[in-house]
Amino acid sequence: MTWLKNIVKQREFMIFMIVAVMFIFMTFASPYFFTIPNILAVMLGLSLEAIIAVAMVHLMVSGGFDMSVGSVVAFTGAATAMMLRSGMPVFLAVLLGLFIGAAIGTFNGFIVAKVGINAFVTTLSSLSLFRGLTLIVTHGQNITGLPKTFKLIGQAKVVGIQTPIIIAVVLLIIGDVLLRRSRFFRQSYYIGGNEQAARLSGIPVDRMKILAYMLTGLFAGISGIVMTARLGAASVTAGSGMELRVITAVIIGGASLNGGEGSILGAFLGTLLMALITNALTLLGVDVYWQTFVIGATLLLAVLIDTLSKRNR
Amino acid sequence: MSEFILEARSIVKTFPGVKALDGVSLQLRKGEVHALVGENGAGKSTLMLTLGGIYRPDEGEIFVEGKEVKFDSPHDANEKGISVVFQELSLVPTMSIAENIFANRQPVKAFNMVNWKKMYEDTIELLALFNLEYMDPSTPVNRLSIAMQQVVEILKAISFNPSVLVLDEPTSSLTEHEVEQLFDNIRKLKDRGLSFIYISHHLKEIFEIADTVTVLRDGMRVCDADVQTIDENFLITNMVGRSIENMYAQRGDIPIGKNVVLKVDNLSRKEVFEDISFSIREGEIVGLAGLVGAGRTELGRSIFGAEPADSGSLKLGDRNIAPRTPLEAINAGIGYLTEDRKTQGLVLDFTIRENLVSNHLRDFTSVIGFLNEGAITKFAEKSRDDYRIATPHLGQKIRKLSGGNQQKVLVGTWVGVGPKLLIMDEPTRGVDVGAKSDIYRLMRELAGKGVAILMISSDLPEILGMSDRVLVMQSGRLVGEIPGNEATEENVIALAAGTIEGEVNK
Ligand SMILES: Nc1ncnc2c1ncn2[C@@H]1O[C@H](COP(=O)(O)OP(=O)(O)OP(=O)(O)O)[C@@H](O)[C@H]1O
Ligand SMILES: [Mg+2]
Repeated sequence: MTWLKNIVKQREFMIFMIVAVMFIFMTFASPYFFTIPNILAVMLGLSLEAIIAVAMVHLMVSGGFDMSVGSVVAFTGAATAMMLRSGMPVFLAVLLGLFIGAAIGTFNGFIVAKVGINAFVTTLSSLSLFRGLTLIVTHGQNITGLPKTFKLIGQAKVVGIQTPIIIAVVLLIIGDVLLRRSRFFRQSYYIGGNEQAARLSGIPVDRMKILAYMLTGLFAGISGIVMTARLGAASVTAGSGMELRVITAVIIGGASLNGGEGSILGAFLGTLLMALITNALTLLGVDVYWQTFVIGATLLLAVLIDTLSKRNR
Repeated sequence: MSEFILEARSIVKTFPGVKALDGVSLQLRKGEVHALVGENGAGKSTLMLTLGGIYRPDEGEIFVEGKEVKFDSPHDANEKGISVVFQELSLVPTMSIAENIFANRQPVKAFNMVNWKKMYEDTIELLALFNLEYMDPSTPVNRLSIAMQQVVEILKAISFNPSVLVLDEPTSSLTEHEVEQLFDNIRKLKDRGLSFIYISHHLKEIFEIADTVTVLRDGMRVCDADVQTIDENFLITNMVGRSIENMYAQRGDIPIGKNVVLKVDNLSRKEVFEDISFSIREGEIVGLAGLVGAGRTELGRSIFGAEPADSGSLKLGDRNIAPRTPLEAINAGIGYLTEDRKTQGLVLDFTIRENLVSNHLRDFTSVIGFLNEGAITKFAEKSRDDYRIATPHLGQKIRKLSGGNQQKVLVGTWVGVGPKLLIMDEPTRGVDVGAKSDIYRLMRELAGKGVAILMISSDLPEILGMSDRVLVMQSGRLVGEIPGNEATEENVIALAAGTIEGEVNK
């Protein structure tokens, strides 16, 4: 029965249980909760964050950290929208938008890995830099009037499910399989767990780190473009505060700031838990101002339980 | 084909301010175990790191099977058949045993996906070498004991199927039992044609396992010899440059004091140790022996307030104490030298000077709260001379010191506190013979000044050589007490293993 014990010991299992308990409780507490429209609404709400979480877990596993994702969401969204307004074909605008996201990530990664500036400081600068650039290029105005084909990226439905959910689920599944099983991405666990040991094992540490930042930028770009398409407009305040929500979810899901730990399944469950809390509080008619407070408490609780259980062995 | 499987010629390696290797040559024959000995800082690890492709030599050549090679990475050295078990553990704590052994070369299926099943099977096969096939290969390394971690590190090196295996102090935290298993495996692999370079400060081990030996001193090769033809004194004299007459120093004429310094009564901590009672008097050195896992370190830590006991009482002098934190214990007059210097004892990125005063800064602080830098420097210089810490300057970071020199700094930090009771957990782990005798002399001096010393040690000769009285623990209980002059290797081992019953005077 060691496999069973192993599963129970996993952080994912703990959050899964909490999520399950909430599910059961809410099903009884609110008749509207366990209905397809509500479930889809919850999923739609978390999909944009979940997309970023996929890359953020990988980054944090490798010992990195990115505060700038919210700004990258806004900047790529605005840049893509402006390119579309200038008449660029949708396909090309989206591709360039993604390229911009990846480039910003690479920029962050280069400064952290090669120049050696602390990840928090570097990405905190980027947070301001790219929020600022967004405001500069848009003159603080939202950009509307986007082509219909572009909006489909965020508004189409396949068998009744909105595209953002589908995109998020596909990325989560591919990401989880790769991070869990591919030798290439496992390298990041070595880097985050013991950088020295990783170098000794012949892992190209700096290259992997830069790649992890690049992917985070790219995924923030995906999120930004999907968000713009869904809203039908690029908003200059898009994604603000998103970095903290994503990082919170990832940590609830078992990653640590020290690196070497975490999984995409865990991060998804963390995101789901946060979305469920928001949903539950709304359905139960609790003042919306409580939401942020409850999420803070959940994060603290998750890390407390983790720390205490580690201390006891 | 050359006579030597691996040969280093006139290797020079300089660090800022230190010539770590000054024209060292080494020859390794196929199928032999070649020991490398020398004082702390002699350059043994540096030489191995050079042969392992981590450092590039400033000068000199390396030959593998007669062909000159230049390693451009540890990976490259591995591929050319040289595998090194580093003195500093190089494991990833959050990852499993299996993924540590097969770091970045996990067996894969299509699309480079890790083949977990095969990796676990291969890991169990390796674990079987140490009769550990019952272990779960998916256990994260940070849940393993230090000894077990060292085994994982050794298995990792073996898994490369090297033709030369370098072991840098592989036994520093292994128990006798595991050391025997390691030696069995070395002999087995040797029969298969593997060659070994073996570094250790336990000279006894050299005579047990090695065929030939090279002695280094101050970055130079002093001599090499066939182990059959030499004895321990020969090694010591060549390592230290002087002979050491009396390793454990005589205890002074000063008799052990009348006053009890520490009295422990019925101390218990759930599932760790139970009902421990003993006392130590002024100027007495009490050795605490037992197998790894007997609860000795835990007992020490609890007296020091790091893991407070659940029940029982402690008396220091005639004051009852119940330290809940190390700071309370330090203030009461207890010093504690940790067994794991790197994670608990020293701040690796601080300088020697800073570390030496870290736990008694108050002694160097003026009334208005400024540090007296001059006094700190003086103290640090004195410590360096007292303990013979080999370093270019006191501003050197601890991380860059050789293992044994780190240990000397740790001793210095605690002696500086001026404790009434000093608990020393494995005080000479990884320390060379010269420095060992320095540390022993120091312990005698402290005892002479009335300090009570509780010495936790797995090194039997040390227990027998130093202790005025030997206490033996087994599975969390105190099972025996033997006066120093009656303690022998046999009766201590028998008590520790539980094959005979002893008695304890309370
Ligand atoms: N990275 C480094 N930077 C500066 N000096 C170093 C570095 N590594 C080692 N040294 C110095 O080089 C000398 C040789 O060190 P080395 O670690 O090879 O000794 P050693 O023989 O292995 O000692 P020990 O028995 O204590 O392990 C020492 O004086 C040490 O301080
Ligand atoms: Mg060494």
